[in-house]
Amino acid sequence: MITLENVSKTYGSGAQAIHALKPTDLHVPQGAIHGVIGLSGAGKSTLIRCVNLLERPSSGRVFVDGQELTALSPQALNQARHRVGMIFQHFNLLSSRTVFANVALPLELMGVPRREIRERVQPLLDLTGLTDKHDKYPAELSGGQKQRVAIARALASRPKVLLCDEATSALDPQTTSSILELLKDINRKLGLTILLITHEMEVVKSICHRVGLIAGGELVEEADVGDFFTAPETRLGRDFLNAFLELDPPQALIDRMQAKPAEHTHPVVRLAFTGDSVSMPLISRLTRDCGIDVSILEAKVESIQDRTLGLMIAELIGPPERVQAALDYLEDHDLKVEVLGHVQRDA
Amino acid sequence: MSNAMLELIFKATLDTLYMVGLSGLVAAALGVPLGVLLYVTRPGQILARPVTNRALGIVTNIGRSIPFIILMVAIIPFTRLIVGSSIGTNAAIVPLTIAAIPFVARLVEGALNEISPGLIEAAQSMGATPYQIIVKVLIPEARGGIITGLTITVVTLISYSAMAGAVGGGGLGDLGIRYGYNRFDPMVMLITVVILVVMVQGFQSLGDALVRKADHK
Repeated sequence: MITLENVSKTYGSGAQAIHALKPTDLHVPQGAIHGVIGLSGAGKSTLIRCVNLLERPSSGRVFVDGQELTALSPQALNQARHRVGMIFQHFNLLSSRTVFANVALPLELMGVPRREIRERVQPLLDLTGLTDKHDKYPAELSGGQKQRVAIARALASRPKVLLCDEATSALDPQTTSSILELLKDINRKLGLTILLITHEMEVVKSICHRVGLIAGGELVEEADVGDFFTAPETRLGRDFLNAFLELDPPQALIDRMQAKPAEHTHPVVRLAFTGDSVSMPLISRLTRDCGIDVSILEAKVESIQDRTLGLMIAELIGPPERVQAALDYLEDHDLKVEVLGHVQRDA
Repeated sequence: MSNAMLELIFKATLDTLYMVGLSGLVAAALGVPLGVLLYVTRPGQILARPVTNRALGIVTNIGRSIPFIILMVAIIPFTRLIVGSSIGTNAAIVPLTIAAIPFVARLVEGALNEISPGLIEAAQSMGATPYQIIVKVLIPEARGGIITGLTITVVTLISYSAMAGAVGGGGLGDLGIRYGYNRFDPMVMLITVVILVVMVQGFQSLGDALVRKADHK
């Protein structure tokens, strides 16, 4: 539904050129919710704005619903944009218009007759839970309600694609989840394809099917959300995940940790359980079959869509050869094992 | 005070209202579009035309920098071309209008500056043409600021119109100078000033009320 081919964006030229987006390919199939996550300045905003050409790419081609937007005349592009809705972090509602008139705006721009506008706007207000807000002005609404108006407005032209530019970043956690529920609902009911950018893992976790990780203007990793949350491939992916899961060893332990094993040290490991290994009695097997002691420092279980992710930080205590055997055993059973460091055995 | 004097004051009040009203209307009709043009032709804006923008900016600044009393006599040939005479109330309206157009334009431009660029972007993402953005987004969103600007303009015009006597334009300022000052009649001076004060207060209150009605921020 959305395809970016080799799309890049450079500001300025020569030595001062800033490569906001390096040549990037992206494909979002019909009906998918695709997230792009990254830190501020990573280029995610440039990426999403290249899709509806609010930002004209320096190179590459953009296709939406089989039509190459980058090849269109300004007039034809305006027509094509009716099929691509967009919502923003700061809502961007017109303060001079009521809720109804804001939602009606895209239809007015398309030249839809007044009577038909009235018939089309009301169901959108119902869908977004704004039935009784018809005549209110944006200044009278809460942040969440404003974003609902923006969503209704974005849907008014019956787009095939919805672009969400940090749509929940200005909202509190509760409102965020209600807006995300609404987006999920729309995706299901209308079969709308959604591309969203965010810096919040929570957003990706709760509604995305697939996620791309962007850094330095490059998509460095792309995966199904289940895979990304259980086994991110890049360093940055792991950083995002760890920051999200807040699972780091206690500071006192980090201070004692050394990078290399030595005599009388044992490893501190982070274990990630997914799939079948979640339900396995691993710890007791390690103790019984490998003959080592396991000291659990921290642990938690997260559900990511239909997948379960268990995480644990533990010390593996025992003679080096047995500890090694235990590590091999864990890897054999599809656990992700990351050795964080080694600590001296307490006397 | 004699009836003749009261009649003079009455006529001068009407003259002032006529000069201010007509020049204000024409200045609004030309100044608002000029202000919009100054805004939308800026580099990076929806109708970016840097050269045009520069030229308009320079012309506007020249208009803003000429003292009104000089402007009034400097454009006498132009005034004569437009109204057929270089003296009288109508002759005063031409320089008043010319002075007010760039004034309105800059105030309108300032009002448009207050609009969040996000709104323009949102409209573009909906496929709005530049014309649609101006008519459906920029002007309605800046309505409060534009009315504020027009109110300031009217008040400024009232004060400028006091100089209209220099070209025989009449009005309250002229009356105050001729009868109040030149003929040492403090009563006339006082009355003209009071009427001017009431007029300014009235226009300001009207403007404020309209802004309150227009603004939903």
